[in-house]
Amino acid sequence: MDNTLIVSASPHIRSKESVSRIMLDVILALIPAAIAAVIIFGWRVLLVIVVSVLGAVITEAIIQKLMKKPVTIKDLSAVVTGILLAYNMPPTIPLWIVLIGSIIAIALVKQAFGGLGQNFMNPALAARAILFAAWPVEMTNWQRPLIDAFSNATSSATPLPILKDGETWAKLPPLWDVFVGKIGGSIGEISALALLLGAAYLLIRGVINWRIPLTYIGTVGLLTWIFGTDGFFTGRGLYHIFSGGLILGAFFMATDYPTSPVTPIGQIIMGIGCGIITSVIRLVGGYPGGVSYSILIMNVATPLIERYTRPRIYGEVKNNV
Amino acid sequence: MGFELFSFFKGGVHPPGNKHFTEDKPIEKAKVPALVYIPLQQHIGAPCEPTVKPGDQVKMGQVIGQQKGHVCAPIHSSVSGKVKSIIPFATAHGSKIQTIVIENDGLDTPAESIIGRNVDEVSAQEILDTVLNAGIVGLGNATFPTHVKLSPPADKVIEAVILNGAECEPYLTADHRLMVEEPDAVVGGLRLIMRVLDVETGYIGIEDNKPDAIAAIEKAIGDYPNITIKTLKTKYPQGCERNLIETITGRQVPSGGLPMDVGIIVNNVTTAAQIYKSVSTGMPLIERTVTITGRGINNPRNLLVRFGTLVSDVIEECGGLSCEPGKIIIGGPMMGVAQHTMDIPITKGVSGIVFMPRDEVKEEEILPCIRCAKCIQVCPIRLMPLSISAHSLRGEYDTCETLHALDCVECGACSYICPSKRPLQESIKLAKQVIIDRRRNEN
Repeated sequence: MDNTLIVSASPHIRSKESVSRIMLDVILALIPAAIAAVIIFGWRVLLVIVVSVLGAVITEAIIQKLMKKPVTIKDLSAVVTGILLAYNMPPTIPLWIVLIGSIIAIALVKQAFGGLGQNFMNPALAARAILFAAWPVEMTNWQRPLIDAFSNATSSATPLPILKDGETWAKLPPLWDVFVGKIGGSIGEISALALLLGAAYLLIRGVINWRIPLTYIGTVGLLTWIFGTDGFFTGRGLYHIFSGGLILGAFFMATDYPTSPVTPIGQIIMGIGCGIITSVIRLVGGYPGGVSYSILIMNVATPLIERYTRPRIYGEVKNNV
Repeated sequence: MGFELFSFFKGGVHPPGNKHFTEDKPIEKAKVPALVYIPLQQHIGAPCEPTVKPGDQVKMGQVIGQQKGHVCAPIHSSVSGKVKSIIPFATAHGSKIQTIVIENDGLDTPAESIIGRNVDEVSAQEILDTVLNAGIVGLGNATFPTHVKLSPPADKVIEAVILNGAECEPYLTADHRLMVEEPDAVVGGLRLIMRVLDVETGYIGIEDNKPDAIAAIEKAIGDYPNITIKTLKTKYPQGCERNLIETITGRQVPSGGLPMDVGIIVNNVTTAAQIYKSVSTGMPLIERTVTITGRGINNPRNLLVRFGTLVSDVIEECGGLSCEPGKIIIGGPMMGVAQHTMDIPITKGVSGIVFMPRDEVKEEEILPCIRCAKCIQVCPIRLMPLSISAHSLRGEYDTCETLHALDCVECGACSYICPSKRPLQESIKLAKQVIIDRRRNEN
């Protein structure tokens, strides 16, 4: 009977935490935004999401089969990538572009660098950046919200181009419309309200912490308010916060584990860095948005940030560092 | 005395306590077996020299293993009877150690040398001598010889003594029951330690999941002015020495240093009680409270076990195994050691034995690190377990050293929390071992 005893290193008990549970939490947190998108843009957006998710999952399975590695699609991480990619596309996007995007995200950005946890850029955002360069027209073909009738919004344009040009401020939709999502924009970014519901869930579940989102959003709000088009402290900080995918980016993409710092101070630097780059692009760049590029740039800086922000350990003597 | 709730550092984990198996069960004397197996090394430090040979008659409490070197503690016979043999025998930490096998005559005839003293009159030097001669070691888990701990170098000023009654390991209730049932011995032991070290301040840290122990200790302290109970938040590893010191005194032990560097000496509550008992009765350390627990045993209990009793003996005494065993762990589930056999003698460092049924022992699939940083959040020392582990697995031990691998207290909180079920603590421990071995070779 003695031979049946199992010997292994301590600890002998493990928590219920698991990768698939974390990914499932992220998926659950993204559902309100999908519902908002369907209400605002119609059922087609669901098709975009499904194609993107299937594309990502099937690409992952095929690559792992080809490379004779265990197929790990049940960890749900490819599903998350698929959803986030779809959320970064306009509702009118041709499905074949969606498919190409999900293949790029998984094959090129994730699996080519070693798969789960090894990628150095956010797969969905990197794929979006490539699609944006390849099909700029399709990637900016915004759709008027179906529920325009209930609001004063008159344009399918996203608020960001208007914000760039102070003279047309009159065209700005009411802030409330921007907050709930009665505006044009990418599928998953338009309803800050829906996204914040999901974000609250992730914070409560401990999947993400406040450091990156809060410092990111705070920095953008502050900088865009200070450097307004009519002089200092005239900017529309709140409009900037609730439009252009900032909420989606700050809570769901800048917090991506593999591509953001693991150290507490590093996370704050990541948030502030994303905020500064986003604000600079939005205020003086030639391009209305800035969320995805700012996150991608900070992704690349992550290893460097981590190196210099290692927490001081218990009992560490200062001159020892 | 106010009841403030003290907690340590950010982080820590909350594993299921599972103390309900035994927390209300009084300590009972275990049957003393016909044969006891007493290893000649039951402490950190040099093994003892046997002072008896096969065929010799021994008495209960008689020295059978003589101290060799400073960091060592003598070994005593836990029964009276005849030495049968001296053989290498498996112990809880894996290696085989020279072990004295004694046939118990069942009479418990005490050795003549055993003389009790009046605890109120005994001098500091007499207490220290008793601690040494009684073979007392850290009974929490560490088994570091207590007389060494109580003899700090002259240049170290000790300001306070802390008794560790946190017992943060899940399942274990030995310290808890001892505080409830023998609070006077715990407090008396603390006063003796304070007398040895000539300090005026004593603290007893107890987790808030043991209100009955807090009440009992508070009563035992009575009007004695210089001893304070610190109620600690229940959190693992609250009983980690370094964090306990920070929680109670606000001081941090320097990296690579000892508690005495910040003027603190920490002892376990059971160690303190043993000092009291050995001084007052003269009986050396020959038995201890052990929590026998887990779903895998029919009748979980807190037993007072004579050293040299085998795990298989106490299984019988606790109603046998309830099902096919998965793991038998000496110690708690977070830091304990899984055994490959039930023929392991219970020694000074065994505070508990956890029986886990087969269905509780899951083999978890190890996934790649997703860099969720939960291990950083829970580490009581604020290390970066994911980085040290990654470098250790690649054999980059120099980098592990730069990342302070040696400061790891091996609490296992990182491995516990990891969603990818990675062997974080295991690989950090390996790096520590390699670094320590390298340093030793350089010297």
